[in-house]
Amino acid sequence: MPEAARVEGESEGRRTHLRASRGRLALYHVLLLGGLFLFWYVMTEPGLIPPFYFDDPMRAKFFFGQPHVVFKRIWAWFAGGSIYLHLGVTLLETLLAFAIGTVLGLAFGLWLALSPTASTLADPYIKAMNAMPRVILAPIFAVWFGLGITSKVVFGVTLVFFIVFFNVYQGVKEVSPVVLANARMLGASRQQLLRYVYLPSATSWVFSSLHTSIGLAFVGAVVGEYLGSARGVGYLIHQAEGVFDIDTVLAGILVLTMFALILDFIVTQIESRLLVWRPRAAETERL
Amino acid sequence: MSTPALLLERITCTFASREGQGERYTAVKDTTLAVGAGEFVSVVGPTGCGKSTLLNVAAGLLLPSSGNVRVLGEPLAGINAKAGYMFQAESLMPWRNALDNVLAGLEFAGIDRGEAEKRAREWLDRVGLTGFEHRYPHELSGGMRKRVALAQILILDPRLLLMDEPFSALDVQTRQLMENELLDLWSADRKSVLFITHDLEEAIALSDRVIVLSAGPATHPIGEYAIDLPRPRDVNEIRLTPRFLELHAEIWHKMKNEVLKGYARSRKS
Repeated sequence: MPEAARVEGESEGRRTHLRASRGRLALYHVLLLGGLFLFWYVMTEPGLIPPFYFDDPMRAKFFFGQPHVVFKRIWAWFAGGSIYLHLGVTLLETLLAFAIGTVLGLAFGLWLALSPTASTLADPYIKAMNAMPRVILAPIFAVWFGLGITSKVVFGVTLVFFIVFFNVYQGVKEVSPVVLANARMLGASRQQLLRYVYLPSATSWVFSSLHTSIGLAFVGAVVGEYLGSARGVGYLIHQAEGVFDIDTVLAGILVLTMFALILDFIVTQIESRLLVWRPRAAETERL
Repeated sequence: MSTPALLLERITCTFASREGQGERYTAVKDTTLAVGAGEFVSVVGPTGCGKSTLLNVAAGLLLPSSGNVRVLGEPLAGINAKAGYMFQAESLMPWRNALDNVLAGLEFAGIDRGEAEKRAREWLDRVGLTGFEHRYPHELSGGMRKRVALAQILILDPRLLLMDEPFSALDVQTRQLMENELLDLWSADRKSVLFITHDLEEAIALSDRVIVLSAGPATHPIGEYAIDLPRPRDVNEIRLTPRFLELHAEIWHKMKNEVLKGYARSRKS
């Protein structure tokens, strides 16, 4: 018992040590970010340093924007509430594209991986469609589905689908033959194999692609908006670019980045909740 | 003799070679083998001699090129539902914890969750894993995983146990513990067992009968030995008895040539 208590105490100590170093790391992160913004400010503020590249001291400000103006813009958006509609539209498009693309990818992946005939038939087309630079499709989708959210969702789906599809396909192909034979020996029917063996195995591969696919859904939404829409953060950026308002463009990019990070964080949380069964590479920590 | 639990009749397994057309590889040739009701039979043979092929045929996972399989007198079609199969490699579903792995077979059979869980807990207890119900396979040691696999099979109460070198991946100490545990569980209701191993000592210590296979290709039985050691046995102690050593010497004499042949062949290729 005292042995156990000692081990407990040790791991407790290790944990606080880790927490401390994590705190320090966060501080460094903030300092680095602050340093970058400071550098940006110093380089663009007219008259602060002697001009060395542009003849006109106002030029740098015009081309690169200024951090405090950018932050003021972001603050005005959130405080005034004008950003929420655009952000809501972009997020809605992202989530729809992500959900639909994932479900389609999962369904097609399972189907093709389990049916050799269908997979041989579809193989060259899948390869061709994946090789195709699909960003080119965005304007066509705008023509087909209008300037509303449908065209952005469809575009996002084409990006997400292939990521999920290939991962599921791989996941099914790489189910351990022994685990499969074992489940069959335990009396699993074909449907049960699909539900209890193939699907869980494929899901783990889908989760490993979640970060990529949610990122691509986001890209799909923003690029779609940028190419033609009346709402969304991509639209805001496009509008501002039209009048050379670099500060607003950068503010839009910063807001998008923040939300991409938040989405990524949520995905990480879901992933660690659902994939507890997966062994982690290293479970020990160095003292 | 009553109807054997498992009867393999003149089994031949020929595989099409992966490279050349028309080239064939005969893994097992004309093998007849029976496991009586309640009998523990071991099959030993040099590595790569097609022992696992034979077991897969008995399990219904592999269709023989020719020959018949009878289970309790009935011809086998499809998966052998009366058999439990313990694999050499990891066979647990990594996304299920120990409890869910053990009750998988009951779940497939449509038994309700509460009942299945109750029985799975009993079995985990019987293999000494109480308190490990919610561990995932990667959180268990090799020996524990084998115990879970054993519970997963025995919970379905199969009439026949097929075991493919189940303990070969374990260290010697764990392995002997597992062998004793297997004998304990087996003596409770005497299932018929077909146990495959390359370890002659293990085969003699566990079995009622040992069958020696020739080196591949075209493996076939070349000797059969009744093991008249008294039961219950302790695998550690029985290895030191004179009768054990005698049997070991006798069977090894027969096996040695085959092992050397297998070795020579594996060096050539």
